Amino acid sequence: MRSYTGVISSPLARQLKYAAMYRYDVIDKALVNERVAQFRDQTRRFLAGTLGEDEFRHLRLRNGLYIQRHAPMLRVAIPYGLLSSRQLRTLADIARRYDRGYGHFTTRQNIQYNWPALETVPDILAELAAVEMHAIQTSGNCIRNTTSDHLAGVTPDELEDPRPYCEIIRQWSSFHPEFTYLPRKFKIAVTGSPKDRAASLIHDVGVHLVRGPGGEPGFEILAGGGLGRTPVIGHVVRDFLPREHLLSYLEAVLRIYNREGRRDNLTKARIKILLKSVGLEEFKKRVEAEWELIKDAGLRITEAQVAHMQSFFNPPAYRSLQDSDPAAGRDTAFRAWYRYNTAEHKVSGYRVVYVSLKSPDVAPGDATDAQMELIADLADRYSFGEVRVTHTQNLLFADVEQERAFELWQALEDAKLATPNIGTLTDMICCPGLDFCSLANAGSIDVAKLINERFDDYDYVYDLGELDLKMSGCMNACGHHHVGNIGILGVDKGGAEWYQITIGGAAGADASLGTVIGPSVAKADVPETLARLLDVYVERRLPEERFLDTVRRLGVQPFKERVYAAPAAA
Amino acid sequence: MPRRLLRDGEIVVDDWRTLDEAEADGQSPLMLTLDQWLTDRERWIARGGRLGVILAPQHKVEVLAADLARFSLVAAAFPGPSEGRGYTQARLLRERWLFSGELRATGAISRDQIFFLARCGFNSFELPDAEIENAAAAFATFSAAYQPSNDAGLAAPLLHR
Repeated sequence: MRSYTGVISSPLARQLKYAAMYRYDVIDKALVNERVAQFRDQTRRFLAGTLGEDEFRHLRLRNGLYIQRHAPMLRVAIPYGLLSSRQLRTLADIARRYDRGYGHFTTRQNIQYNWPALETVPDILAELAAVEMHAIQTSGNCIRNTTSDHLAGVTPDELEDPRPYCEIIRQWSSFHPEFTYLPRKFKIAVTGSPKDRAASLIHDVGVHLVRGPGGEPGFEILAGGGLGRTPVIGHVVRDFLPREHLLSYLEAVLRIYNREGRRDNLTKARIKILLKSVGLEEFKKRVEAEWELIKDAGLRITEAQVAHMQSFFNPPAYRSLQDSDPAAGRDTAFRAWYRYNTAEHKVSGYRVVYVSLKSPDVAPGDATDAQMELIADLADRYSFGEVRVTHTQNLLFADVEQERAFELWQALEDAKLATPNIGTLTDMICCPGLDFCSLANAGSIDVAKLINERFDDYDYVYDLGELDLKMSGCMNACGHHHVGNIGILGVDKGGAEWYQITIGGAAGADASLGTVIGPSVAKADVPETLARLLDVYVERRLPEERFLDTVRRLGVQPFKERVYAAPAAA
Repeated sequence: MPRRLLRDGEIVVDDWRTLDEAEADGQSPLMLTLDQWLTDRERWIARGGRLGVILAPQHKVEVLAADLARFSLVAAAFPGPSEGRGYTQARLLRERWLFSGELRATGAISRDQIFFLARCGFNSFELPDAEIENAAAAFATFSAAYQPSNDAGLAAPLLHR
């Protein structure tokens, strides 16, 4: 195994040493190393012909390894999106030495490599294990990487930091012996903020940190959300779950699902279908009955355990600073970036800074090895050695001193990481699509490119305000198109790539599914179709009204009429 | 050819027979399907000798609860490599119904599953003959576990470290 040789670049970082994140102990380390050995053995047996194709498929999928259009695709877990600079350097190093010099950050806060050779995957896993990372359960019909709010711990609108609970869930769900062969994949998202930046309503289970009637900590639990072929917004299955029972309740939900979820049809196997078929009340009853029988057994979480887990996420050593306006007196480009690509921090004098992976000429969510290394260096210099992945496929620095934002911007700008578009039309979510994915019906990266070419006027894009565009290359919906304010779904029509457009979807606390505006459009007509939708918005919006709210107020009809009024001039 | 299996970590020749395999008046321990058991329950009780029952994935273990003491063996069938209900069947049998006899996994299982199967409470495994010799090593795949389950041999769950 190769040991880490990266260079921590700044003296400040050397003092800080570590990002505030969960650190492996000897047991965690042993487990990831044992996983590497296990997978090395499985790969060896497969290559030697003693392990069959189908048997190996089930095993490799539980290690994030797909066989894709061109090569295997390896998905590496980034638990709740949190990375140290050291880990990011390893990801860069893997991209350079085992892949083609880049990685793709996903809507589940993970990273995917598109070109690793199968026989090198055990070595990649060993590199990851050396920096406390893995690819455990990043695909396959098991409990996947737990996702969370990318602003956890730093946003003023949060009740409590969700990450300690994410880590508790990560550990409980890793190698869970009973739930490794579920009917279908199972995704859990946790949020500590009512704003819900984790899209928890479209997860199999959503965990919301809340307070009980006496102010005691606990959770509201949702279940049955999900996208794919049958999009559903999750339902509240328990208004208040005392904190100590988090794992026993999740275990009860999973057990009911494992026993009763359909296994005869992959497209009807998610928990949302079970919940729908037995009904919400009956589902709740079954979960509660199971939970009553196990809640006082070995899964109770003590206050001491919570406190121990919380201790990993203590705030970094903030300096005592005053809020300022670093944009004052600066040039327009910096002012635009500061407005769109930074966000409020709960500590005065600090700011959250987004690293846009949505440069117009790059596939959304992609970063090169050199960019990742630069970001790692900048994290050491400006943000306590920590980087986060957002579910909108960007990265961020959580703790930047406002006074240093300008120099950070200059460094990002030089590396094409400062496209000032966070939260706007061109901050698109986009799956890898037909270019890489064997499931896809249509391309999505090239459509993103067409959209970027058409909407290259920032004044216009800024005038449109908050708008999220989400695009998937097939109905598996990795790009979350159903919950985009504008959603684009690639469909195959007689061998040609066509695109179905939806409007009015949302992924946050007011989640809703978009409505299809009408027949799908040809690839070349996608930008014109968007332009017409946006024209209707610009003409009919009320002052300060977001696109989403205009669609909700007017309904689909006026948009539909405009789009299909005359053939789109491609 | 006698069926071999991995039981309590040892390779043994299976002493159990299914109804098809059993001689008419044989006294070898008898494994019945759930249907066979339910259809002729009185007859099997009258037969005497050791009895076992084979559950299909869709069977709820609760149907056995009243009769569980009559069985020395319960087997869970895994018809395909993606089947996962047997894991829950095993945990419920061991933890809720306190079944202490032989708990056997049969069907599409391999050495790559037996670590998890064992954690759920299985102690006997019908494995393909080609891999039975080396399979026992898989019980040591991981040296610790994050969750409480049926872990005679593992360190305490991490939640309690």
